[in-house]
Amino acid sequence: MSMLGHLALWIAFLIGIWGAAAGFTGGRTGRPDLQRSARNAVFALAVTLLIAVFAIEWLLFARDFNVSYVAAETSRNLPIFYTWSALYAGQPGSLLFWATVLSVFGSLAMLLTAPRHRIYLPYVAAVVCVVAVFFITVMLGAANPFARLPYTPPDGNGMNPQLQNPGMVFHPPMLYLGYISITIPFAFAVAALLSRRLDVDWLVAIRKWTILSWLFLSIGICLGMWWAYVELGWGGYWAWDPVENASFLPWLVMTAFLHSVMIQEKRGMLKKWNLGLILAAWVLSIFGTFITRSGVIQSVHSFTQSPVGGYFSAFLIVSVILLTILYVTRLPLLRTEAYLESLVSREATFLFNNLMLVGIAVTVFTLTVFPILSEAFTGNKIQMKPPAFDLVNVPLGLALLALTGIGPLIAWRRASIPNLKRQFIVPVTAGVLAAAVILLLGMRQVWPVITISLASFVLGTVGQEFVRGVRARHRQYGEIYPLAFFRLIARNRRRYGGYVVHTGIVMLFVAFTGMAFKIETEASLKPGESVSLRSPYGWTYTFKHLGVSQYDALNRQITAGTVIVSRDGKTIGTMVPEKRQHVDSFGRPTFEPATAVAIRSDVREDLYVVLGGVVDGTETAVYRFTINPLVWWVWYGGLVVALGGVIVMWPGGTVGSNRVASGYAAKLAAESQVTGA
Amino acid sequence: MKRRAFVLAAAGAALALDRAAARELQNPARAAPPPADTLPDGGAAGQLADPDRAGRPLDPITARDNDAAIQAVEKRLQCTCGCGLDVYTCRTTDFSCTYSPRYHRQVLALAAAGMTGDEIVAEFVKEHGESILMSPPRRGFALVGYYGPWILVGLAAAGLVLALRGWSRRAAAARGPGEPALAVPTPEELELVRRELQRFES
Repeated sequence: MSMLGHLALWIAFLIGIWGAAAGFTGGRTGRPDLQRSARNAVFALAVTLLIAVFAIEWLLFARDFNVSYVAAETSRNLPIFYTWSALYAGQPGSLLFWATVLSVFGSLAMLLTAPRHRIYLPYVAAVVCVVAVFFITVMLGAANPFARLPYTPPDGNGMNPQLQNPGMVFHPPMLYLGYISITIPFAFAVAALLSRRLDVDWLVAIRKWTILSWLFLSIGICLGMWWAYVELGWGGYWAWDPVENASFLPWLVMTAFLHSVMIQEKRGMLKKWNLGLILAAWVLSIFGTFITRSGVIQSVHSFTQSPVGGYFSAFLIVSVILLTILYVTRLPLLRTEAYLESLVSREATFLFNNLMLVGIAVTVFTLTVFPILSEAFTGNKIQMKPPAFDLVNVPLGLALLALTGIGPLIAWRRASIPNLKRQFIVPVTAGVLAAAVILLLGMRQVWPVITISLASFVLGTVGQEFVRGVRARHRQYGEIYPLAFFRLIARNRRRYGGYVVHTGIVMLFVAFTGMAFKIETEASLKPGESVSLRSPYGWTYTFKHLGVSQYDALNRQITAGTVIVSRDGKTIGTMVPEKRQHVDSFGRPTFEPATAVAIRSDVREDLYVVLGGVVDGTETAVYRFTINPLVWWVWYGGLVVALGGVIVMWPGGTVGSNRVASGYAAKLAAESQVTGA
Repeated sequence: MKRRAFVLAAAGAALALDRAAARELQNPARAAPPPADTLPDGGAAGQLADPDRAGRPLDPITARDNDAAIQAVEKRLQCTCGCGLDVYTCRTTDFSCTYSPRYHRQVLALAAAGMTGDEIVAEFVKEHGESILMSPPRRGFALVGYYGPWILVGLAAAGLVLALRGWSRRAAAARGPGEPALAVPTPEELELVRRELQRFES
């Protein structure tokens, strides 16, 4: 089976080279036979890489420990659930996953692209093939998933315990899907540049793909936060770790693009900027992949370090040079069709929104690569830590939050003073009221007060937009309010789905403020002893240690502490944090003991208990008890963001919204004529 | 195997097992009764069957471990185990780390010797260099990290405002004097829109 996989990789490599050559030549010369061949090459690439995936999965499930990758990532007693995810648990497998998903996305682009946009497809096929060939080259050169060992170990090393978490089954593929799917809009952008067809057509062709990438990245980032929170045991979900940053960077740039592209669609402006954003998003997605697996920057994700950094560096440098040349030579074709008319307009707020998003991206990028920069300039590696990130990103993030509320309130082209007054009165009142209430309640921390006030302002904006829309439908069509609400969203999914996303973002910002009120303590408790913590809400939690038990489960030996939790003297439940010693099928320890956190969550706060270990081998347990306010809102905020993304992406909304718009416009035209007559 | 041979072999095996069990019971380590479990009042704790499973043995937590001033100092220091976390977070998260507990003991000792937080941090810098700090000092090349992004964003914002003003002037010039900013559609234009929309609807 490893021979089949290896062969599939080589065939995919050759197909990819042919697809790239045929695509570029076919696109340039217009030869239909070459164009068809390039398209077919993408399908063939997908089939051969799927065969390689099948081969590696077969080897993983068969526990063929003679294959180096299988021995490194699995053991005989690894649960089946994680055997599947072993495909992307290590370097070679994840590269195969990357290339395969890219070829599948490329095939989907070939199949689903509307006939009027097929002019770009030869170049799209070529770009997909080039990127796939790069990943296959890395596999064949430095990280072959089918490489065999000179001997067969009796059991494998087993999967890293931190990866044996349901979150890790879904988080990496989601992030990969996000990274990989950016290649499709990127390929269309390159196709538009190469074919010199730089009107809005290519933007329409990539609309769904850009939202899909953004959606996958959003879900992947949220799942990553959840995994870090429940698995790593430090009580937080974001630490500005280089690998976290690597996923955040393309997300920021894609978010900027999703906003600024509206200006190009409506006004024919910002062509250069939008194209630049798509190219940058792709470069950052490759940079993210490079950071994740090169080990060039110190990160908690050290399990992915391997010698593929050189390949990625070379690919990144060559790509950036070629893309810059292509972009610069096409600048004369990217002239704007209109000029922005006023500083007080929707377009201007979108530009400031882009400034904030790209500003945060530049900050995150600079601080992430700061060890490399500082070493290059001074010879010393200087690591910039969360305080430096927060110094810039907190104010910029809050400015962005404010713009999230301001943007929808300002008219396109130019806003009048009466219009501004009418639009802003409700949201501003909501923001001021919220600030007053929390100040009266005794909150004095500056950033949380500003955040909650701005969050209320944005919710005021979103609420106002929905209320006005629903009322308008109710008046015009006589629909009952719930029906009007659903039809309002259904008929203009992009706009109202966007508002749902904004609501999710508000939830996330409010959740982030909770970390300012985090409370924690350490305690070593004998059985029967307890410790108390006072919640920011005013009540007192008591944690009573009952004892420590030890037992075996699946592929691990567990030491569990049992803690009874009560709030203001009333028992509310039991929490059982664990230490897990993973073992192979012979009972030999495979990794250092890992912590499994016990979490009790509600909308107000999380109780987060970590079992650090025991004192002198006795049942005296060392715990860390943490109260994390508002963490629940991070996960549900993420869900709402994802829901908004799905609404925006849902097929059919555009035609519906066009019909609605045409209905209003026709009515307006008729009324104008009547008035004129 | 004959039935008699089988019965003899089974009896021999049972006897051997019984003797082994008896020897095991005579082992003083096993024979000693475990410390009494003290629920519900606390007290001496029972011995775990396999303490190694629970990771590295830990010291009991004292009030000084939870001292906010000590924690504040530790949050300014970076653990050198490679985790990238501060000493406090590392020692309360990665219980297998041997560096952060050592730094913690050192911080406690220096504090007990009467040093202030800044003096303790300075002592660590003297010993390990500035790389031990969670936030590099705001001087030299580190200034680029702290203020570079601000300067970039500020310059970009200024450039954007200037560009917007330039664009709005150009738009005004293109409109011509006296022409309204938002064009009012003519009846001909409205008729055109109506016809197009009817065509679209059909």
